[in-house]
Amino acid sequence: MDRLLIVEKIEKRYGRAHVLGAKQEVTALLDVSFSIGRGSTLALVGESGSGKSTLALCIACLERPTSGKIVFNRNEITVLDEKQLREVRPQIQLVFQDPARSLNPRFSALELVSEPLLVQGRLDKREREARARALLGQVGIPQEKALQRAEEFSGGQRQRLAIARALSLEPKLLILDEALSALDCSVQAQIANLLMELQGRLGLTYLFITHDFAMAGHLAHEIAVMEQGRVVEIGAADEVLGTPNQEVTRRLIAAMPRLTAEAHAPRAV
Amino acid sequence: MISLLQVQDLHVAYISGAGKVSPALEGVSFDVLPGETLGVLGESGSGKSTLALALVRLLPGNAEIQKGAIQFEGQDLLRARPRALERVRGARIGLVFQEPSLALHPTIRIGKQVSDVLAAHEAASRAARHQKTLQLLREVFPADASRIADSYPHQLSGGQQQRVLIAQAIACGPSLIIADEPTASLDPTTQQEILELFRMLREKFNLSLILITHNPPLLAGLADRVLVLYAGKVVEIGPTEQVLGSPQHPYTHALMQSVPPGLDEPAKDRKSRLRVIPGEAPNLAVLMNGCRFESRCTDRMEQCAEREPPAVAMSEVHAVSCFKYGE
Repeated sequence: MDRLLIVEKIEKRYGRAHVLGAKQEVTALLDVSFSIGRGSTLALVGESGSGKSTLALCIACLERPTSGKIVFNRNEITVLDEKQLREVRPQIQLVFQDPARSLNPRFSALELVSEPLLVQGRLDKREREARARALLGQVGIPQEKALQRAEEFSGGQRQRLAIARALSLEPKLLILDEALSALDCSVQAQIANLLMELQGRLGLTYLFITHDFAMAGHLAHEIAVMEQGRVVEIGAADEVLGTPNQEVTRRLIAAMPRLTAEAHAPRAV
Repeated sequence: MISLLQVQDLHVAYISGAGKVSPALEGVSFDVLPGETLGVLGESGSGKSTLALALVRLLPGNAEIQKGAIQFEGQDLLRARPRALERVRGARIGLVFQEPSLALHPTIRIGKQVSDVLAAHEAASRAARHQKTLQLLREVFPADASRIADSYPHQLSGGQQQRVLIAQAIACGPSLIIADEPTASLDPTTQQEILELFRMLREKFNLSLILITHNPPLLAGLADRVLVLYAGKVVEIGPTEQVLGSPQHPYTHALMQSVPPGLDEPAKDRKSRLRVIPGEAPNLAVLMNGCRFESRCTDRMEQCAEREPPAVAMSEVHAVSCFKYGE
């Protein structure tokens, strides 16, 4: 399959000035390599602090890896300068965990979704509005709510707005950083379905960052497991879930809350 | 057995500045037995956090308890004087909230923050408090209690901070702990550790526990009974295996369907669309006569929009508010 994103041996170190002046180095990513096929979903699973979000920032061209190579859409982005990066960034969009914090509460749905077009200087005012309305339709926000402010929407609808906004620049890759974690179960299911539908319709590629293995198994074709800045296991979703090779994978799978019978085992009183 | 906590017909509403009344809880009744764990399952807007705050009378100023009774250890908390409430809150009823980083003071050492809880409720010498603080921290950090006592919150992980809140909650030997989404901000391994800690503590101190969450799988294996809240009303209550395993109310049923299939399910069931509940939860500020779930329900009948369904007993311990099971 054609690979939209290829990450090769990237490493990210942060220098941290110590109180006494000595410089401390923190290695956030170490020898990370993987790739994502065009139109497919890779889930990145790991515990807090394993480097998932740093990796997302490097791929979104918001952080530069210390070494290594990232190829996006056949274009090596790790060698580009700031001006060239500005051309690439719109093609990679992010959706975050908490839409209440990532969207300006005072903006209307229409403003939120057309703002990226405005910033990029694309289309004129009328075209922008038409495009924004079409995007709202795509994510299931009724037209009569187009002028409602972000703060007046429910959590699930706000996440729909965040997705519409991310889609406004017609990206090839969406990075979903815990994009479902803050939502209620029934709303999670609605947004998960929306993501699958959009992927089918628009041929989008997803990097789905999560610590929910059940949702990763549901949405992703491939799963990569991270621990302490490294990708320790990667493979087809069913294989990673069915026959995990690494201790951390087994631990994370075991920690998944389950509804099955053994979980109901009566406790000793 | 005599209930430890008995809530009867509790009505809570939020009043806006313009005087508009939005009900948050309507006619909620349940009880908690000594040593029992009750899971409260509800999604955003169901009123589950309002319930937690109402039980200890910590509702914000714009909320009003309109009617009902909350009997706890022989006193009605709704009619108790502020002084009496202070002796209950934090001492007889411990509280654990979702964001431990917000609940802890950033520039006070952990040991002091735990010992302050003791100072607020118990007359004891400083030395005795210090001893007891270390003992409490040892319950939740068996390996390194004294190091934790000397730490500041920012030096601890989210899971460790949550353990500190739990130490504070059990400090004065409460009979009931109310935990509102205590694991929501933690990753799954830490989540399991915290649930395990609750399990251990409730055995050791014979605690009753009200565990409030939006995530049904968290309650499996931990709660004895589950109460399902939808739009301010109890729609189903019963033993955990029955409510989660064979849910009877159409809402509980649909909610359980929307959980992604577990890993024990065959792989072909994945990669398909999840079942969803159509529509959104109702706006409670709009007056409604019938069942709150009516507009989203696949089993709706004529009377559903007209009248409120009464709670129907499925068995001695399992009740469901739905016309499907009778009037």
